[in-house]
Amino acid sequence: MLQILRDNWVLFLIGQYPAGPLGGLAATVLIAVLGLGLSFPCALLLGLGRISPFRSIRAVTAIIVHTVRGTPFLMVIFWSYFALPIIIGHPIAGFPTLVGALVIYESAYLAEIVRSGIEALPKGQIEAARSLGLNYRQAMMSVVLPQALYNSLPTMMSQFVSLIKETSLGYVISVNEFTFAAAQVNSRLLTKPVQVFSILALTYFLLCFALTQSARAVERHIARRRREDPAVIRPLESFVVEPAP
Amino acid sequence: MMGYSLDFTAVLAGEHLKWLLSGIQVTAELFAGAWALALLLAVVLIVLRNTGLRPAHWFVTTYVEVHQNVPLLVQVLFWYFAVPELLPAPAQIWLNEHNSEFILALLALSFCIAAYMSEALRSGLRAIPPTQYEASRALGFGYLSTMRYVILPQAARLSLPPLINYTLLLFKNTSIAMAIGVHELTYQSRQIENDTFRTFEVFAVATAIYLLSSFAIMALGALYERRAGLQAR
Repeated sequence: MLQILRDNWVLFLIGQYPAGPLGGLAATVLIAVLGLGLSFPCALLLGLGRISPFRSIRAVTAIIVHTVRGTPFLMVIFWSYFALPIIIGHPIAGFPTLVGALVIYESAYLAEIVRSGIEALPKGQIEAARSLGLNYRQAMMSVVLPQALYNSLPTMMSQFVSLIKETSLGYVISVNEFTFAAAQVNSRLLTKPVQVFSILALTYFLLCFALTQSARAVERHIARRRREDPAVIRPLESFVVEPAP
Repeated sequence: MMGYSLDFTAVLAGEHLKWLLSGIQVTAELFAGAWALALLLAVVLIVLRNTGLRPAHWFVTTYVEVHQNVPLLVQVLFWYFAVPELLPAPAQIWLNEHNSEFILALLALSFCIAAYMSEALRSGLRAIPPTQYEASRALGFGYLSTMRYVILPQAARLSLPPLINYTLLLFKNTSIAMAIGVHELTYQSRQIENDTFRTFEVFAVATAIYLLSSFAIMALGALYERRAGLQAR
């Protein structure tokens, strides 16, 4: 196993870069960070739409969220990879396809986290803000959202772990990322699948487990602050969204 | 999109319809088989955890963390490429003669989802006060009948909503089996696309099938939460 790591660590880490495209673990992390960064604003809009005072906006965003949540991520990838190029008239590379599919998919999941974060805040918060003369937008932006997002930080972090795990599906459309790099090494060595896939699984585990543990640490920290500081508003219910495989 | 006219007959007739139907059948088999095995494994895990033995507890905790923090695709690839290497030769031959892709994908899916399901069961069990157990034992129930008649019925009420959620995730993730060549719905729709270039039609049909099934599972969950008087989240 160490021999394989010694021979292939560059490929595992950065792929064929700088001779070819960036790949390996670096690409996995880059795709995940881009996916999270781009889906967060979409998720905020969708999440706010889900609790909008307008019925039509609530209906449209509910349909979007439930449709995405009912579709396998692989299907979303296929739509972006095979169907989208026909609409726009030219092919898209695997890397932006995967990031785009992640943004569509994760926006729906993050939106539900935003929504349950807002709904878990006591109604008194928005009522107090409105009676102080803030309009809906101001009350949301400066009173409700900051507290709701703070409360849902641990859940968002565990959703980021799911997002990292989902980047591995780029393998199916041959995106140069970590799983793809390992599959390349495996098909070159031919006789060492146990070692190669152990390296792959172990690396993902270390990365994701570290993040899961930090999410738990943040959760404990927030719980402690709530106990000690009366200014920190307690949510009505804990809303840990179940982690996804 | 200009000049592209939709034509579903290429997908929903003849040979291609047969591919599609067999894909649906394989997806259903994979889902049902993996679901039953995962639930069984989850119960085994939770019993192991509750034995009070330190190594058993440690094993279950590690099992759950490993399966939750490694991508499902990587687990499927590990089962497909690595696990057969670790088996004795007769088992390898048996696998190759018996549709090894399907069996290994089923095992990978159920071993992974079992970790999530056991956590769902655990959160349900944790909410039952230990006095329930003590009272039941004091009334003369053995360990198994205490579990069967007192603890599990109460825990199930709390565990069911997350269990239904994982059932949905399992169903959607059966599509990952296509990566190792299981001829399920996603794989077959890819094949039909390759054969007909009817990209929109075939993906629309496949997505609609996935969506309808997912909505059925979601509706089941909502129905249960309403009937059990649990607050919908």
